[in-house]
Amino acid sequence: MTSPMQANTANTSPVIATEGLRKHFGTVEVLKGIDFSARDGEVISILGASGSGKSTFLRCLNLLEMPSAGRLHIFGEEVGLRAGKDRLRIANRRQVDRLRTQVAMVFQNFCLWSHMTVLENLMEAPVHVQGRSRAEIREEAEAMLARVGLTARRDAYPAQLSGGQQQRAAIARALVMKPRVLLFDEPTSALDPELVGEVLKVMRDLADEGRTMLIVTHEMAFARDVSSRILFLDQGQIGAEGTPQQLFGGGHNPRFDQFVSRFNQG
Amino acid sequence: MTPGTFELLGFGPQGWGFLLLKAAGTTIAAAICGFFLGSLFGLLGAALKLSSLLAPRMIGQFYTTIFRGVPEILIVYLLFFGGSVAVTQVMNLGGFPGFYSLPVFVIGVIAIGLVSGAYQTEAYRSAFLRLNRGQIEAGAACGMPRHLLLRRIIAPQTLRFALPALGNIWQSVLKETSLLSVIGLTELLRQAGTAAGSTRQPLLFYGIAAILFLIIGRMTGAALGGLERHLAKPWSR
Repeated sequence: MTSPMQANTANTSPVIATEGLRKHFGTVEVLKGIDFSARDGEVISILGASGSGKSTFLRCLNLLEMPSAGRLHIFGEEVGLRAGKDRLRIANRRQVDRLRTQVAMVFQNFCLWSHMTVLENLMEAPVHVQGRSRAEIREEAEAMLARVGLTARRDAYPAQLSGGQQQRAAIARALVMKPRVLLFDEPTSALDPELVGEVLKVMRDLADEGRTMLIVTHEMAFARDVSSRILFLDQGQIGAEGTPQQLFGGGHNPRFDQFVSRFNQG
Repeated sequence: MTPGTFELLGFGPQGWGFLLLKAAGTTIAAAICGFFLGSLFGLLGAALKLSSLLAPRMIGQFYTTIFRGVPEILIVYLLFFGGSVAVTQVMNLGGFPGFYSLPVFVIGVIAIGLVSGAYQTEAYRSAFLRLNRGQIEAGAACGMPRHLLLRRIIAPQTLRFALPALGNIWQSVLKETSLLSVIGLTELLRQAGTAAGSTRQPLLFYGIAAILFLIIGRMTGAALGGLERHLAKPWSR
């Protein structure tokens, strides 16, 4: 399934790339030099034990977390970083703000703005950051809500929604900005088990559309079925990388096999 | 023949009604101006205290320690006498000899602003600390520049969380305007005192002053309560 698509995208320049990305918190080195690139249309699941640095890595890609060293390219453009005291600093805030409108993020805890209704949450960034017209964006926002099955809840506030509904609204909020890449930071980890499915279904549809997605997750079955590539982080380094077939087939990488078997034992 | 209660409180030639209402107006004006000046000081104080740098934090701490620790009437006196000395010095240096002082209303508003600002600092600071960091990150992740984050996400939520505490501070600001009577501002308490002295009916006039304070407090309190309920709506299930 995934190999023809990879062949298709092999020549295009990466949408996101890192070189020697490092991050330490105090004396603890969380990322020990990650070289990574993602191409258009790839669905990459980032797996790893807790503390392996996978969320930190994802958060470094849109600079919610500032790396300590390394380089970051987004859409072929090098992101300006300058040296700071204990980590790099953003050199040009406007560049980062501009790139961030194209790199949407979905958070573990949804992080919808609690003083706005669902519809207002969707319209906020397109109207105030991208400067698009309210009428135009309202139509798109409604269509997006219909897509994630939340039309009836569009005037509700986040506190009035279930976790699954909040996360679907958060995905819609990300999509309505028309991003080129979607980052998912453990999108189902804060959900009750019976609500996980509805969120994974929305994500599966997005993957089928050919969207570029980077997903930090603990959902092994989802990662195996949906990803075009798996990135396995192990103690702050890339422990293994490959297609789901390669990695989940076993025997490719002993650390990954160990991780999966531990996971299956639950 | 001595005038009756009704005439004393009425608006006729022997009535104090007009003066009392005017004084109530002064009380409300001083309270509102002082409270909003205090909001400016409070926001500034909260920003200082929340700074990641030591020096601003210490300045903020110094401010709240002084103005919450020294009795307000003492602040009023210090500003009144210190203010005249300062203004006189400046005027004399500028080539205008003589003695000058600031209007008592201005001094009163500054005093109330400084003291209520120290309390508002804590109200805004604790409200800010209650904000969900994730929601601010979500804004940043959408490419919101700082000013937009502040205006669209941080300010509305901080106000909502600070409002109950601000309501309490407003009620005490309203009452504390009566301290300004000591520097000669004709607000409600001072006007009632004048009326009480010249009619020898202290109970009547102080009682009226108390009732007027209660009415003003209740009405503004109800308005603030309505605003609070309105802003709290998104958080209710």
